[in-house]
Amino acid sequence: MRLRDILSFSIRAATANRGRVLLMLLAMAIGVGSVVVFISLGDSARNYVIDQFSSLGTDLLIVLPGRSETTGGPPPLLGETPRDLTLDDAMALSRARTVRRMAPIIAGSAPISVQGLEREMLVLGSSSELFAIRHLALSQGSFLPPGDLSRAESVCVIGLKGKKELFGSGPAIGRWLRIGDRRFRVIGILSSPGVSLGEDLGEIVIIPVAAAQSLFNASSLFRILVEAKNSAVIEPTRQAILEIIRQRHEGEDDITVITQDAVLTTFNRIFQALTLSVTGIAAISLVVAGIMIMNVMLVAVSNRRAEIGLLKAIGASRGQILGLFLAESTLLSTVGAAIGLVVALLGIRLAGILFPQFPLQLAPWSPAIAIAVALISGIAFGVLPAHRAANLEPALALARR
Amino acid sequence: MIQLRHIERVFMVGEEEVHALRDVSITAEAGEYIAIMGPSGSGKSSLLNILGLLDRPDSGAYELDGTLVSNLDEKQQAAIRMHKIGFVFQFFHLVPRLSAFDNVALPLVLSGVKPDERQTRVSTALAAFGLGNRARHRPDQLSGGQRQRVAIARATIMQPSVILADEPTGNLDRSSGIEVAEILEELNHQGMTLIMVTHDPDMGKRSRRQILMVDGRVEGGKGEDRSP
Ligand SMILES: Nc1ncnc2c1ncn2[C@@H]1O[C@H](COP(=O)(O)OP(=O)(O)OP(=O)(O)O)[C@@H](O)[C@H]1O
Ligand SMILES: [Mg+2]
Repeated sequence: MRLRDILSFSIRAATANRGRVLLMLLAMAIGVGSVVVFISLGDSARNYVIDQFSSLGTDLLIVLPGRSETTGGPPPLLGETPRDLTLDDAMALSRARTVRRMAPIIAGSAPISVQGLEREMLVLGSSSELFAIRHLALSQGSFLPPGDLSRAESVCVIGLKGKKELFGSGPAIGRWLRIGDRRFRVIGILSSPGVSLGEDLGEIVIIPVAAAQSLFNASSLFRILVEAKNSAVIEPTRQAILEIIRQRHEGEDDITVITQDAVLTTFNRIFQALTLSVTGIAAISLVVAGIMIMNVMLVAVSNRRAEIGLLKAIGASRGQILGLFLAESTLLSTVGAAIGLVVALLGIRLAGILFPQFPLQLAPWSPAIAIAVALISGIAFGVLPAHRAANLEPALALARR
Repeated sequence: MIQLRHIERVFMVGEEEVHALRDVSITAEAGEYIAIMGPSGSGKSSLLNILGLLDRPDSGAYELDGTLVSNLDEKQQAAIRMHKIGFVFQFFHLVPRLSAFDNVALPLVLSGVKPDERQTRVSTALAAFGLGNRARHRPDQLSGGQRQRVAIARATIMQPSVILADEPTGNLDRSSGIEVAEILEELNHQGMTLIMVTHDPDMGKRSRRQILMVDGRVEGGKGEDRSP
């Protein structure tokens, strides 16, 4: 039998009974559609988080004061307060061989004012290397000048949104603003406002770290960002950082070093588990659809006993009957899957319009998975009915008893 | 040539054995025209099903044109059904969703004949059976006589050597019944062996030879030795 004839025979047989077939297509479409949507949801969420972290750079290590992990051993007798991270600690770190860049960070919120206009903004004390470490970009001017970290130069770099609020559309470079009781000259304006790890880069003022120390009247650092020479030396860099700080802190391991790798791996694992479990739930609807296919096909076989007997009488072999019925169930499930895929695509589009903040995207391999699952279930659940059809005794099938 | 030797067919109905065919031996020469007659339940359909390879005997041998077909496997038997045997039923057994044309074309489709060849062969056949303007009609748009003619066209589209007809006129009025019988007889004239089951004595008389079945046996063994 020619393939085209098999297909056209199956299509005509399948479409002869509209109601049941539509119901079945609907079930398959819902199954496949929900699998695709759920896979895409999980995948998009994962990508979103990974994107956020990757904007930090993959060679990044973050040094925080205090220990967050317990590595066994007896707990400290007295409530041990971690030693502060100091600017000297930070400068010691940049001497490690595998460290390319280092930026100390002090963060705090302070009122910023220009000629009576006042805004509360995030003030970040850091160094010139922050620019490269955080992949910042300028729309105008220049970033903090390199040089001695302990010099509290009165210059600042300001976010685009903050600039508009304080200076309007006029020029800002070279003008002065007041942070708390100190005056700073604007030397640069950041471009591409956006949110990176929860910090709104549009409304931010970056000043030299020493200036921030005296502004907030604090010597301890909020964290230190360290960029390794490349991603292969992340672990040696981590060890080196721990070693340097241990020496400086009288043998105490009182810092935490977060590598982006570790964070990403954890997030990856969480999201994969999440995606899998949600997809598993959605897959149940696929099984339901498969069972519906089986049901439709079983009914078709018993309704078409005489036809099957006739096909055998005019020379169809067992194998041909098997093929015809398998083709029919596979066709039905494939069409159902295609409908489901289209619905899922439209749904994802719609979600994109309704929630533009969350970048929902079709997971690239989800259509392949959906179609494969549909084909497999169409065949798997079609085998039993097709076998039943193929094994019908023609004399019995044709008899009117 | 058809040869049945000592065919037995037993059905189990619950605990009970029903002997549909008992020691049936029949020889039919190529080109013969035989009517099988007998009371209801005497095994006529059972016999025809065995002849048409729609059913397997419990014992005995069936030889068709020199091949011992009762020993062939399922696939080979399907090939024999396709190429050597045309079956005509009392209830026509047309596929309801297919047009007359597509019903007649079914055996060609199954055997993988190309569409353009199908087109010419089916059109010729339909025209020959007076159905030239009914090709696009579905079975429910045809009269009983027309349906049976479509069924005969389908049974003969592969040029079989044997036509088996189980009460082909049983569901037709008198005049279309005679029409159908004449068509079958014409095919017999062209050389196809025709074996027809019928209740109707008038129909039976039209054949050159009658086989009477009673209670699963060929009555008086008449069918066995006679040669034309
Ligand atoms: N599949 C079956 N299962 C059980 N019994 C069967 C089966 N097929 C036939 N029989 C029995 O075998 C016997 C012969 O049946 P068959 O159909 O051959 O008779 P028939 O001569 O064709 O009768 P009719 O003229 O009514 O068509 C009957 O007693 C019937 O009940
Ligand atoms: Mg009968």
